[in-house]
Amino acid sequence: MSVTGPIIQIENVHKRFGKVRALCGVGLSVQRGEVLVVIGPSGSGKSTMLRCINGLEFVDSGRVIVDGIPVTHATANINAVRVEVGIVFQQFNLFPHLTVLQNLTVAQRIVRKRTPVESERVARELLAKVGIPEKADAPPAQLSGGQQQRVAIARALAMNPKIMLFDEPTSALDPEMIKEVLDTMLLLVKEGMTMVVVSHEMGFARAAATRIIFMDEGTLIEDTTPDILFSNPREERTKAFLSKILH
Amino acid sequence: MEPSSSTIEPAIGQSRLVSLSRLEKAPWWSLGLALVWLWVFYSILNVNVYHDAFVFISEGIGLTVRIAVSAYLIAVSLGLVLGLGRVSKNIVIYNLAMMYVEVIRGLPMLIIVLYGAYVVVPAIENLLTNFFPDLSLAGLDDSMRGAIGLGLGYAAFEAEIFRAGIQSIERGQMEAARSLGMSYAQAMRYIILPQAIRRILPPLGNDLISILKDSSLVSALAVRELTQMAKLNRGRTFLSLESYNTVAFFYLTMTLFLSMVVKFVERRLKIER
Repeated sequence: MSVTGPIIQIENVHKRFGKVRALCGVGLSVQRGEVLVVIGPSGSGKSTMLRCINGLEFVDSGRVIVDGIPVTHATANINAVRVEVGIVFQQFNLFPHLTVLQNLTVAQRIVRKRTPVESERVARELLAKVGIPEKADAPPAQLSGGQQQRVAIARALAMNPKIMLFDEPTSALDPEMIKEVLDTMLLLVKEGMTMVVVSHEMGFARAAATRIIFMDEGTLIEDTTPDILFSNPREERTKAFLSKILH
Repeated sequence: MEPSSSTIEPAIGQSRLVSLSRLEKAPWWSLGLALVWLWVFYSILNVNVYHDAFVFISEGIGLTVRIAVSAYLIAVSLGLVLGLGRVSKNIVIYNLAMMYVEVIRGLPMLIIVLYGAYVVVPAIENLLTNFFPDLSLAGLDDSMRGAIGLGLGYAAFEAEIFRAGIQSIERGQMEAARSLGMSYAQAMRYIILPQAIRRILPPLGNDLISILKDSSLVSALAVRELTQMAKLNRGRTFLSLESYNTVAFFYLTMTLFLSMVVKFVERRLKIER
């Protein structure tokens, strides 16, 4: 574990899925407390890169180092790394056979080995924080999409991770529910959580990101601050992409 | 916002629809069936030859049930292990499980029952007496040997059912569980299997009924279960019709009853998605 230095370090990573080259020599460094937003067309490798950070995918070559620990096939205790990296999925992936509260406590109890009383306390606190304390005993299917995603965020936070990853968290939501999820994410930003967010929500990027990354065809094209990216991006491809999505 | 009247109308229409479908779903056929069953039962007890056959053959009910239940328990537990093996990334485990399933599914169930009873069980007995000379397995009677054979055979089918159930759970569930730091085993135990098992209750329940019927194969070992008793009754009375009608009545009673129990359990454990 390193106290100084970047909390996420990605060096020259390559990854293919069969014949398709998803990542071609991507390199990235994330410091504690940074909020990174990753934008780009579909198929650009943004999600793949995100999933390499917590070991849902493993890179073919190059290095991924999270909090000083390399993330590879051979990592001795990959579960220990994953505990420190929370992830929120586009499709929520809540556990339908458990109540909302149980969704939050199950991992706390069997992975972090917390007592039932402690896990429930943490869970209820988080549910209140994301704004839906009354839904604790409901099955996930009874919640709206926005509520489910907020539960998913709470579930990831329940493990007290050092990093939070978001893989297009609002892309599967109806428009009127996007704001409640983004607001929850803004709460985390204010608390200083290190976040890497793959998203198309430019408003959020402008408001919250300390850095924006543009990826295309498996390559990192541009890496700057939101101000520079939205007013005067350096690369042609960035300009082309932005002109298509900003309307 | 829509005017309140139009939001009320659909609600009433809906409730009418609900009560109608409940009426349709009411099991009229099972009521009819119950009446037929009562009539048959009454007739059996009142016709001498049938009454005789009934009393003689009914001795086999206990063994039939014991064989079926034991075989089922073996089949489901071994099947779960094999099913997990079939989805394992470990190449040795995967191939062993695969081999078992393919070979067993390729043999007639009767052969497996005979093989289990006369080859496998004695082999295990020999093995055990080498390690635990005090243990005496000679007490394992033929009905249990047959049940073991039956269980080994059905385990191959349960394995495939478990495999299908596990694979039907979307990848996102495993990903979410692993991302929270759970190991593969923890994810399986707390997240995947609970969902998978609820999904496969219909085929699992059907196999219980199947095993009940296939318990008749154990009659090949001269075990005094239902089918054997029917054959014996025919042997001593020369009344084929009465013997086999009676035993059919017994089997049908049990399978239809089990069917209803399985449906009930299925409904209770359904998960909303």
